[in-house]
Amino acid sequence: MNRLVMHILRELPKHGLKLLLTLLVGCFFAATLVRVAPGFGVDEEQLDIRLSTQSVESIRNSQAAKESLPAFYADFATRLLHGDLGTSRTLQQPVKQLISDRLPETLKSVSLALIFGWTLGISLAMISVAARSRAADAFFSFSCGVLLCIPAALWALLFLLARAPERLILGLIVFPKVYNFSRNLLLRGANDLHVLSAHARGLSTVRILAWHIFPPAAPQLLAVLGISVSITLAAAVPVEALCDLPGIGQLAWKAALGRDLYLLTTLSILVTAMTLLANSVCELLGSMFHARPA
Amino acid sequence: MKALRATAIAFLVLVALASIFASFVAPAHYAYQFRELPDAGPSHQHLLGTDDLGRDRFARVLYGTRVSLLLAPTAALISSLLALIIGGIAGFVGGWVERIVMAATDLFLSMPWLFLLLTVRAMLPLNTAPILSVVITFALLGCLGWAGAARVICTDARTKRLADFVLLARASGHSGIRLLWRHLMPNLKPVVLAQFWISIPVFILAEANLGMLGLGVAEPLPSWGSLLRELQSYPAVSGQPWLFAPLLLFVMVVGSFHFVLRTEESVL
Repeated sequence: MNRLVMHILRELPKHGLKLLLTLLVGCFFAATLVRVAPGFGVDEEQLDIRLSTQSVESIRNSQAAKESLPAFYADFATRLLHGDLGTSRTLQQPVKQLISDRLPETLKSVSLALIFGWTLGISLAMISVAARSRAADAFFSFSCGVLLCIPAALWALLFLLARAPERLILGLIVFPKVYNFSRNLLLRGANDLHVLSAHARGLSTVRILAWHIFPPAAPQLLAVLGISVSITLAAAVPVEALCDLPGIGQLAWKAALGRDLYLLTTLSILVTAMTLLANSVCELLGSMFHARPA
Repeated sequence: MKALRATAIAFLVLVALASIFASFVAPAHYAYQFRELPDAGPSHQHLLGTDDLGRDRFARVLYGTRVSLLLAPTAALISSLLALIIGGIAGFVGGWVERIVMAATDLFLSMPWLFLLLTVRAMLPLNTAPILSVVITFALLGCLGWAGAARVICTDARTKRLADFVLLARASGHSGIRLLWRHLMPNLKPVVLAQFWISIPVFILAEANLGMLGLGVAEPLPSWGSLLRELQSYPAVSGQPWLFAPLLLFVMVVGSFHFVLRTEESVL
């Protein structure tokens, strides 16, 4: 137990530093993107037809002085450190407010999707491996193959047409990927010599799965869990946009249509942070299996 | 399995040929409007009927397939070449160059790529000419989809860098660029090709997602994304099952790609 705690304590700063560095680089890129985007620094005042050329020029010059590159980065960083994420150009609301209103909806959808997708995916993979039936394996693989061919946006439309519960969509998107990965991992484990030997000695299938197949596959399965967070968050954009679910995916879509880069880059950084955090936690949990005393 | 694989390949070839020769196969141009026949059902003249503007659906499906099926490989080619250059050089040089490149790749991979795609797409004008929108959509897909492939290619290049044949070439006095160009790059071909084929269905799906969100190929040019978007209106779909033809073709094409790739993987 102490060894595990020591291992976590040793790994934690490394993951924290990695997360911080990635976010810093991400923020720098986001600021650059906003700064170089066409139309940056253009004031609506400039469009006033009553203004003379000299007045427009003077407004432009004052804007340019205010928005020099170093001053822009400094201002961006200061505002970010004070928790000010700016104001959405299209929705005319503080970005922080918009995110805090919509994030719970997405988190709810993503959590439900992960629970649903993983329960179904792992269960079918276990059945496929334990049953050792080619027919069952072929059926599950074929079904998952078909599900993988349908883009998230199309799922959203089909669910809307069928008037089915929209929250299931994200789960259905994650499920075939989870099934494919876990089936391959578990199958590889099931063909190991010690597992075949355990079978020959008459150990029950449940015991073999729980003690001999799952533990060696756990770090990779946890890595897949981390990846599935990213997949679900990406799929949330079309699903929330088309099913009118008020989450950050829908917000990103609206921001893209309105070319609201402040909002869009902030959302991208937030989603990147969530993905990195999920991956770090999964990696940390996975490394515990490696560090576990024999 | 072999027969199924051959069928999938034959189907893909057939669809590709039909879309390439769409101007001969289709009864009309994709933008031609039969004003007297809006929202018509299937007939001998219009196999899949017409849309609300009187455009032949079968022609639009064929031309849309051409756009998606020909440009997804182009995007895959761009991303594979970028991955080869970035991953290949990083793996070959090694040291801090490899670490920096892989850190950048990790950053790219940690961003859910639809968010990244939306962000970069939003920087570009949305009301572009149809042809330009096709170029923007697929160029973006190609330019943003290199990260995963670069990681795989970098690992392979690193292994090859330490292989005997590279050591022998180095001992024979070959310079760095010659080693990279003549000895390493040709040996990375199988991995690059695999990444190229894997990317095609991914880009087809990504274009469909973007198109359905109104951020892909612009009207009147059809693409799978814009064709599938028509399913959005429930009254139009109910009682008109032929509207699901693009969906069926889409699933069959992407499914065939997946199947061929999977069987190829198991053969290897």
